[in-house]
Amino acid sequence: MLLIPCPWCGPRDETEFVYGEAAVNRPSDPNSLSNQEWTEHLYFRENPKGEHTERWFHRAGCHRWFSVRRNTVTHVISAAWPPGQEPKP
Amino acid sequence: MTGQDAGTTNRQVWRTESAGHGIDRSQPISFGFNQFRLEGYQGDTVASALLANGVRLVGRSFKYHRPRGIFGIGSEEPNALLQIGSGARREPNTRATVQELHQDLVAGSQNHWPSLKFDLGAMVGLAGALFPAGFYYKTFIANPKRWLWYEKHIRRMAGLGEPPADTDPDDYAHANAHCDLLIAGGGPAGLAAALAAGAAGARVILADENPALGGQLLLAPQRVGGIAGHAWVEQAREQLAALPNVRLMTRTTVAGVYDHGLFTMVERCADHQSEPDPHQPRQRFWRVRARKAVFATGAIERPIAFANNDRPGVMLLSAVRGYLERFGVLAGRTAVLFANNDSVYAASRELVAAGLRIEAIVDTRPGLSEAAAAAKADGLYVLSGHGVTAARGLREVHGADVAPIDADGRTRGAAKTLPCDLIAVSGGWNPAVHLHAQSRGRMAFREDLAAFVPDANGAPYASAGAANGAYDLAACLAEGFAVGAAAANALGLDAPPPAIPAAVGDPVGAAPALWSVQAPKGARCFVDFQNDVTTKDIGLAHRENYVSVEHLKRYTTLGMGTDQGKTSNVAGLALMAAKRGEAIPAVGTTTFRPPYTPFTFNAMVGGQTGEIGHPIRRTAAHDWHVANGGVLTDAAGWSRPMYYATEGLTPQQRIDEEVLAVRNAVGVVDVSTLGKLDIQGPDAAKFLDRVYTNRFSNLKVGRGRYGVMLREDGRVYDDGVTMRLADDHFHMTTTTNHSSSVFQHLEYLLQVVWPDLRVFVTPVTEQWFAAAISGPNARALLADLAPEVDVSNAALPMMGMAEGRVAGVPARIFRLSFSGEIAYEINVDADYGLALWNGILTAGGPHGLKAYGTEAMGTLRIEKGHFTHAEADGRITMDDLGLTGMVSAAKEFIGRRSLGLPDLVAPGRKQLVGFIAAEGERIPVGAQIAALDDLDAVQDALGHTTSQAYSATLGRHIALGLMKNGRAMHGRKVFALSPVLGQRAAVEVVPPCFFDPEGGRQRG
Ligand SMILES: [Zn+2]
Repeated sequence: MLLIPCPWCGPRDETEFVYGEAAVNRPSDPNSLSNQEWTEHLYFRENPKGEHTERWFHRAGCHRWFSVRRNTVTHVISAAWPPGQEPKP
Repeated sequence: MTGQDAGTTNRQVWRTESAGHGIDRSQPISFGFNQFRLEGYQGDTVASALLANGVRLVGRSFKYHRPRGIFGIGSEEPNALLQIGSGARREPNTRATVQELHQDLVAGSQNHWPSLKFDLGAMVGLAGALFPAGFYYKTFIANPKRWLWYEKHIRRMAGLGEPPADTDPDDYAHANAHCDLLIAGGGPAGLAAALAAGAAGARVILADENPALGGQLLLAPQRVGGIAGHAWVEQAREQLAALPNVRLMTRTTVAGVYDHGLFTMVERCADHQSEPDPHQPRQRFWRVRARKAVFATGAIERPIAFANNDRPGVMLLSAVRGYLERFGVLAGRTAVLFANNDSVYAASRELVAAGLRIEAIVDTRPGLSEAAAAAKADGLYVLSGHGVTAARGLREVHGADVAPIDADGRTRGAAKTLPCDLIAVSGGWNPAVHLHAQSRGRMAFREDLAAFVPDANGAPYASAGAANGAYDLAACLAEGFAVGAAAANALGLDAPPPAIPAAVGDPVGAAPALWSVQAPKGARCFVDFQNDVTTKDIGLAHRENYVSVEHLKRYTTLGMGTDQGKTSNVAGLALMAAKRGEAIPAVGTTTFRPPYTPFTFNAMVGGQTGEIGHPIRRTAAHDWHVANGGVLTDAAGWSRPMYYATEGLTPQQRIDEEVLAVRNAVGVVDVSTLGKLDIQGPDAAKFLDRVYTNRFSNLKVGRGRYGVMLREDGRVYDDGVTMRLADDHFHMTTTTNHSSSVFQHLEYLLQVVWPDLRVFVTPVTEQWFAAAISGPNARALLADLAPEVDVSNAALPMMGMAEGRVAGVPARIFRLSFSGEIAYEINVDADYGLALWNGILTAGGPHGLKAYGTEAMGTLRIEKGHFTHAEADGRITMDDLGLTGMVSAAKEFIGRRSLGLPDLVAPGRKQLVGFIAAEGERIPVGAQIAALDDLDAVQDALGHTTSQAYSATLGRHIALGLMKNGRAMHGRKVFALSPVLGQRAAVEVVPPCFFDPEGGRQRG
């Protein structure tokens, strides 16, 4: 079971959180995209073996969404940050 | 002789005069085994007490029902599985070697019928192989229907005890802990690690599965720091117990290793008592987050397979030693010791001194080691380069066949029979690498030990002592102190240099790889006792090309018993490696999974049973619902009345009454479960415009509007009415099911997508109680209830709102309708909910008021054609529902970009329709819509029903459903078929609104 570092509350048990999905940003102007581009945004996701950036919601805590970089092989979480504040690698 | 023959005498005939530092001879304990009353001592396990009484036959094996005895001394035991306790406390498959004896304990052997000594199943075992390896595979994968025929026979033959029939009377607890260092195993290495890290100030948890710390130091006479091993253990324990930063936990098994430093442990708080102390749990399930861990889990002695090596009286050598040292029990009278290593010589001295007659020491190694030569000089009969080829005796050992063998176990001469009642076997040791493997540590194979050891490279946690392949006592202590100090230093503490005590232990010496001795033709040599897997089965798996270890395991069931192959896995894969002509490490190991030893479901569940396991949400009027015949159902975790039962009426008659009250007079329903979100902020209106398909920014204060939300992929997500309380303040309702996920969705949009919007969303579902009154008399009733409020159609029109006292309670009144009648949703502080509800019921009498439940509410909404999640199942669009008019073309909102995607506008989509059944016909639940009235015909489904009800209003059965091109199908006569239920109905396709389609009644 993961220990997830909420940027507001600190490390908390996985059971307090709801998994969002891969941290994909919503295009600012969906209408400027072709059908192909839009459906790729909707449905196509990377399935990496290794580093993966994803969103979590602290449901039983501060009600905040944030991003987490997690290794899908080792489950090591190397970073967690509030929306829009991705740390420089 | 067997203990059973001894009748009910309780002389402990196999107890020695001296020895046994683990028992208290001043405290005799009386216990039951099958029909016998026996006696043991405080400190005994069931196994040691049975052996003390000379009881050797304790059970029958899983597949062949062969007689089985006690084989080991700890949690590795594959054979001696007993039922412990009686009635609701009966627990099957308990290892006799682990279960501590207590006064009046009741133990029973299992898997035999009609009796332990005479077992019909064993005749099958003798007659031939009913269950050869691969039996399940071949029989049931090829033809699953065979299971139906075989099942009852297999269930009878291949059982593993009986579960208790009644509810467990005991409590189970969950607990959490945090520590710097978790040490699994309290033998010499674990104690040393705790001493080192504890002295440095680390917060240490030391857990051991046994009732006492000490591990191997308790099971053979050794010396540490100039005193007896068990005395040093007591000294170390006292030293650790005095440290406030160290927690010692016995009877506690570290069961699993998980991510991010999480470990699970099971503490058996009261299994050594007949029942738990008052207010104490029987078992406690621990979740421990540890920054560091040390696995000091020891090593498990391994057997060498020979013919009939499963007979009661064949035991692990270390177990025979341990029963003598700790419990003062000699496991036989005359023994043949069979080993491939020097531990047998130290053991022989102890056993002879205690009075055991040793017929021979059979050493597989050619030539004489130093220890062997010394034993020979002492007059013991040492046969080097020999092996035991077979055990003699049917229900227990009467002799051992011994023959010269080569390094591969092949016989190289004639066998002779030595009389004995005990064969003690040692084939070397396997480090207990289970926790290391669970932590994703890799394994290395050490040729000198012929064993897998933890590969420290890249391992997240350290292993020490025998678990790390360091079998020598001095090495165990040195490694323990080293890893304990290293862990403390890595945590930034300062570990003082350890004072490692001098140790005198066994000279273990090398143990060459030898897994089995060539058997006479037709004999069974068991590798996995618990699952009755023989060397022949492994050969069969190889011949049939199940050569990978994972396939071998599943084909033969090797290692799949409750012992998870602790004494058998390595031997099994070594034998497969030999068949494949490959080295053992090339063949690899199967995956080690938690738990290390089995534990009860109760421990896992803990206190989370009943309503604590599944909490029920109740509205403020819940007690009224129950007191007035409410038949409850679970709706998204809420307990809601489906209808109010009345004597003399069937449920349908009662639902009809409730529906007709709403249509003809007035009804009241508790709608507190609807999701409610309080939305505030300067950008609140702008935000709602972006989440609903229709516009909210032009909504007047004091008015409400029905809205539908889409998902980003254009499918309908949720709906509800939102009222505007002020320019910057809205009250949103969601469906009961989605109240939590809509909140999460809105927070996502505000925090991640549009962080510039100044909006706060607060979930307030539980803060409000809501009752809806609806029906032609609703306005008159509200006027009585709220004399201060102008309830006229002009002042409070459809989608209007008012504030004021209702039944004396401050309330928000929303005029909106789900039933199609004049209706008001009255919202009050949840604390006043029952007062409001009672007030409505009291005032309602003269107006013909009846309370109604979810069934009538559902019927009313089907009559009106309102969709729910039954219709909007995640694939459905606004156009499918006929709601295109609600989709604004002039603004952006979530899901809009997807509305033009080819699939969403493709012709032939399913559309919402109504179905009305022919007079007297009933539409089956979950029906398919078809053109032919034939339940058996293969035909295309034209659509399906989603909700159905009997409409008392119309006197017909009706349904909503989705049908291909449904809007063009109105008037068609089709059939609703359920081949599953064997039911059908003739139906007509109609528009999805059965009653008052113009909506005049709700506006009236
Ligand atoms: Zn948080």
